[in-house]
Amino acid sequence: MSEAAPLIVLAGNPNAGKSALFNALTGARQKIANYPGVTVERKSGHFQMPDGRPAELVDLPGSYSLEPTSPDEAVTRSVILGEQQGERKPDAIIIVLDAANLDNHLRFALEVIALGRPVVIALNMMDLAERDGLTLDPAKLEAALGVPVVPTVAVRRRGLEDLSAAIETRLSKKTDQQDVVVSKERDHGLRKQAKKIANLTVVSETAGRRWSERADAMFLHPIAGPIILLAIMFVMFQAVFAWSEAPIGWIEGASEWAAAAVEASLPEGFLRDFIIEGAIGGVGSVVVFLPQILILFLFILLLEASGYMTRAAFIMDRLMASVGLSGRSFIPLLSSFACAIPGIMATRSIADPKDRLTTILVAPLMTCAARLPVYAIIIGAFIPARDVGPGVGLQGLVLFGLYIFGIVGAMVVALVLRSTVAKGPNSGFLMEMPKYQMPRIRDILLGLWQRGWIFLRRAGTIIFAATVILWLMLTYPKVPLDSPVSQVDYSAAGRIANVIEPVVAPIGFNRDIALALIPAMAAREVAVAALATTYAIDAPDEEAEAKSLTERLQSRWSLPTALAFLAWFVFAPQCISTIAVTRRETNGWKWPMFMLGYLFALAYVAAGITYWSAVALGL
Amino acid sequence: MNAPVTLAVTLDRLSMRQRAEISTIDWDSMSENEGARLRALGLDEGVEVEKLHKGMFGFNDPIALKVGRMMIAVRKSHASAISVVIPA
Repeated sequence: MSEAAPLIVLAGNPNAGKSALFNALTGARQKIANYPGVTVERKSGHFQMPDGRPAELVDLPGSYSLEPTSPDEAVTRSVILGEQQGERKPDAIIIVLDAANLDNHLRFALEVIALGRPVVIALNMMDLAERDGLTLDPAKLEAALGVPVVPTVAVRRRGLEDLSAAIETRLSKKTDQQDVVVSKERDHGLRKQAKKIANLTVVSETAGRRWSERADAMFLHPIAGPIILLAIMFVMFQAVFAWSEAPIGWIEGASEWAAAAVEASLPEGFLRDFIIEGAIGGVGSVVVFLPQILILFLFILLLEASGYMTRAAFIMDRLMASVGLSGRSFIPLLSSFACAIPGIMATRSIADPKDRLTTILVAPLMTCAARLPVYAIIIGAFIPARDVGPGVGLQGLVLFGLYIFGIVGAMVVALVLRSTVAKGPNSGFLMEMPKYQMPRIRDILLGLWQRGWIFLRRAGTIIFAATVILWLMLTYPKVPLDSPVSQVDYSAAGRIANVIEPVVAPIGFNRDIALALIPAMAAREVAVAALATTYAIDAPDEEAEAKSLTERLQSRWSLPTALAFLAWFVFAPQCISTIAVTRRETNGWKWPMFMLGYLFALAYVAAGITYWSAVALGL
Repeated sequence: MNAPVTLAVTLDRLSMRQRAEISTIDWDSMSENEGARLRALGLDEGVEVEKLHKGMFGFNDPIALKVGRMMIAVRKSHASAISVVIPA
């Protein structure tokens, strides 16, 4: 047991550069899991100490205090105290401090040091403090705190050797643990002490407003701020279409080339049909949306890394408050535009349980990236690509409208939930807004690569499997040669769809849509693949088969049907993974079942209203 | 001689870019958790703050405060529980 690698934990305020230090110490090799029983992430990795021994490093959730105000902070506290289930008692604690923000960050450090546990301080972001005109004396800080202080610049890998040497020395010393006594008076004393020590450490300070504050004068302006936020979101959604055209063309070209190559090299029969219609046709029609998904994620990652996301939360807080939520819900909801799963997981930072539940329940209404393929194909087929203004395309405008539709829907649902099933006092909004930062290209690319990979893996597994099963069910049983019935109607899947059709017929859905909705439960994008596969099989001859999915949709769907289909996808809970993550985050089946029920009901009504209105308008 | 004249207001009524010192916080008007979070973010009696920004036009809520070297967003409902004195 004594031979086990020592456990070192990283603790500190949010925005102290903890994760950057974690990445610098462990490299890219890290393991992400959950603490048992709670929905708090455990990020761990290994690093080598100067004597060559390995040490396990755990990055604890950012905390302002040992007195927990959220599940994240509760985990940080119990790990540091050695009381966390599923975690050893740490052998040493690295407290990461933002050198430019000592009087605020020292409070937490003093709290931890008072416990008498082995502590090493990483005085991080020294370069930024210097740029802000601060001159610090780490030796004075060390003397005042009575624990080792190592200046670091995690993003430039500076001070890392000194830090691990300090940890090694610290590990060999014995310490006694003290109890924590929490009170208002203690908080008060801690703050005064932090201020005193910060004043001691800061040798000199040149005044002058920082550029971050000047930027906020614009971004947080009561009038310009919301306009800029709206403009950023608008540009983001326009870019999703405008920038993706060329790369989509390349992917389409590649899949046509692959289909042709298979056709040329394989004899006619089951295998050839399977590969061309099932695999290449199905998966290819989904992979084509990779460029659009990457563009969307690029914007979200940039907004997050630059620090703008918290400003967006600030601007949106008042509006969110009017539906019983807070600006804190804005970040999880904005992440849900990429995917509801990370969005729902990001609700962990919301302290109020009712607030959190409401945010989880409305997160699927935010238009996730998986809906993009569905929207894109329908918009591409039915909405003319003309400009309604300089630089404003009608297609982009409709897409923007669908996003707004989802947002408004979420707001209304949140308001209803907050006055019914998630009733409770209006929670507060207290949040730090960190300084703006230039996003680091490497981090953005890494984030994009991870997201892109997740999408491709989905395409290769869930979407591939769903497409293949659907293809088999559409192909068998084979229709007899002299039968007047079409292959799709005769097939197993077609028969199921014909049963569902009467249920969805009132809202304008035809059999093909009924057919696409079933496999789309696995992942929304499959709807597109399913339509592609259905029409490939249904093609009466070679010439018809060569027509694109867009052309086939245009010839088979009316405009009201297409619009109803779009409205359906704004609300429909068509993704098993979202339901699964909701079950995990709410610890039971009650809320995911509730979510499933209310979303289907809303989808049906929204599609119905859209269809009937469109028909009435003569579209 | 007279003591320096100070002006006492609640934080939500403080004018923009005005520096002030927190004199009292009405801890009873908020939950234990909210109070702890306020203190954790550095808002406590005796702290100097500066009002930097306010929310969307027409609402002026929430407000952004400079506390030490951090910028903190606070809702008006909390700000009205915080009394400040403006040094003369």
